[in-house]
Amino acid sequence: MAKISIENLRHSYLPFPNSERDEDYVLKKLSIDWADGGAYALLGPSGCGKTTLLNLISGLLVPTEGKILFDKHDVSHASPEQRNIAQVFQFPVIYDTMTVYDNLAFPLRNRGVSESVIDPRVKEIAGMLDLSATLHKRASGLTADGKQKISLGRGLVRSDVAAIMFDEPLTVIDPHLKWQLRSKLKELHQRTKRTMIYVTHDQTEALTFADQVVVMNNGEIVQIGTPIELFEKPKHTFVGHFIGSPGMNVLPCEVKNGQASFAGQAISTDNGSTYKGQNQKLEIGVRPEFVTLAKTGIAAEIVKVADAGRFRIVETRAAGSSIKLLLPEDQEIPTGKVNLAFDKAHTQIYADGWIVGEKP
Amino acid sequence: MSLEIQNIVKIVGADTHIYDTSLKLEPRSFNVLLGTTLAGKTTLMQLMAGIQKPTSGKILFKGQDVTGAAVQKRNVSMVYQQFINYPNFNVYDNIASPLRVAGLDAAEIDRRVGKAAELLRLGPMLKRKPSELSGGQQQRTAIARALVKDSDIILLDEPLANLDYKLREELRDELPKLFADRDAIVVYATTEPNEALLFGGNTATMHEGRITQFGPTSSTYRKPQDLLTAQVFSEPPMNTAKVEKRGSDLMIFGNQKWPAGQGGSRLPDGAYMIGVRPYNVSPTKGGKSVGSFDAKVLVTEISGSESVIHTQIDNSTWISQSHGIHAMPIGSTARLYVDIDQAMFFDANNRLVS
Repeated sequence: MAKISIENLRHSYLPFPNSERDEDYVLKKLSIDWADGGAYALLGPSGCGKTTLLNLISGLLVPTEGKILFDKHDVSHASPEQRNIAQVFQFPVIYDTMTVYDNLAFPLRNRGVSESVIDPRVKEIAGMLDLSATLHKRASGLTADGKQKISLGRGLVRSDVAAIMFDEPLTVIDPHLKWQLRSKLKELHQRTKRTMIYVTHDQTEALTFADQVVVMNNGEIVQIGTPIELFEKPKHTFVGHFIGSPGMNVLPCEVKNGQASFAGQAISTDNGSTYKGQNQKLEIGVRPEFVTLAKTGIAAEIVKVADAGRFRIVETRAAGSSIKLLLPEDQEIPTGKVNLAFDKAHTQIYADGWIVGEKP
Repeated sequence: MSLEIQNIVKIVGADTHIYDTSLKLEPRSFNVLLGTTLAGKTTLMQLMAGIQKPTSGKILFKGQDVTGAAVQKRNVSMVYQQFINYPNFNVYDNIASPLRVAGLDAAEIDRRVGKAAELLRLGPMLKRKPSELSGGQQQRTAIARALVKDSDIILLDEPLANLDYKLREELRDELPKLFADRDAIVVYATTEPNEALLFGGNTATMHEGRITQFGPTSSTYRKPQDLLTAQVFSEPPMNTAKVEKRGSDLMIFGNQKWPAGQGGSRLPDGAYMIGVRPYNVSPTKGGKSVGSFDAKVLVTEISGSESVIHTQIDNSTWISQSHGIHAMPIGSTARLYVDIDQAMFFDANNRLVS
């Protein structure tokens, strides 16, 4: 196991990138520190560079610039074998003709581990994954989630790996089984305390799995934080939008002498008073969870109500902007014109996308 | 312009893919087929489209028997999970292709392609090849092609499954709007209960080749006729346990006593199965009739605004989904509270009784 540090990592797929041109790079100067034994997620949309970063860490790619350190040893140019990273992919990678047991034992046998060590280890991992009953069945007879469990098990079976990386491991799994496998994975992390890095575009998977999430967009890190930090105080409107379902409401605004206003109406905000800049695009960010119906406040019109089971998503329009709010299942929803109020402590001002009052 | 399926059965070799199924889809309706992989959603859609022929039973469209009619004779569009476009055609030609097959004149094609492209925000992409598009744009192109001809029936087979989470959310929002003013029957297959809920319309819950219930989405969700429907339509999975109703009490998990609540009080004494949605189980007390239990914490997932606590009690898993942050260590004992007035009760035949 190891602490993984990424220092000023830059990567380009071009043979001769111009180091002055940011657009030549799919990854733009990243630095991350991952402590030994943590559960981390890399979250971002397709094309944000997260798979490139994963391949750089596992050694499938060599970085154009910067370093990757495992416990302070520079492994930037080391081969994948030397780095000792276990990987679990989107689709199960298993040997169909082998039994579940032999599949799990394979990574150990491959490294010449003796059978007397392998046997208890395989049984232990099978027990954790509820595979004990199928150990001597052929892998080909298992369902998709059963096969993916074997892939997880193969990632976990070696005790000498520096980290285990998961590349969208639940994509092919049905929702009700996703819940089971996801909680299984989280449980395994807490039991084994391996460093686990989980790559996904799915915010639910990232937030529920990881202690710390790295949010990426356009080859850059936008925010690193705990699920609670990302939810309560997104540093960028992108994070506010990308995390949360529905995402944060983002509304154009003005700020004069520390007082924010939207469509001519004063809005109390958490950080507006700290704004000193000028000539920037200013926006109010407030999550649907922190918007309520009120007697007075922002005049809006309800345009759509969607059922989400335990709550309903109410979409309104106010001065040309869309504002969503969540209302409990049993609350009556008026029709037509309403007034909205924002929770001041969770209403932030963003300048050119970045939260005001903190350095990006 | 309704589509009616009458006693359809589909048998392939020794396997029954669809058991005796009847379904009537109304004109201009949005219908969701909800079920896990292999529940029969795709087979049922292909039977509707005429891509597969039923082993027995009839399909009526506008009252006419179309059971034997080839897919080309039915005015149907289909969108699949995989993005299917003509790789050598640009976006414009991809969208235009069904109109060219139908022999429309160039001006009309231009008008319709322009309108579909605008709806799906593909305007700036019309000259590009599919390989130069993102996944979301490729699927938008496929959807535009399904929209551009005036199909009577539009079948969407998990069209958002291969897209990024956020794109899925966006398109999920847009899709019903796209179909709102069309004179077509829309059928949408998904494995995700939450997606079905958000779409509204009607939902047919499917399980192992059968439709377990069909009706307005909200009532299928809130008033499932049986346990299976409730389970198919619950995410996270519904919590269930055997209960013994005695007077105004419920005996559960061996020797625990809960109040019977609104639903339970109406029932004669006896054995039932109780079903509780995870958001009616919480580490904090709430509701008028509250039952509690102590369970072993398997794992806690915190998503920023919500906590999902997976617990083990009496050899079954109970899940609590609650507002706020409730971090509970693995292996610890959690006291959880159940809002029994929100619970469902099922009889020995798994029918909803209260």
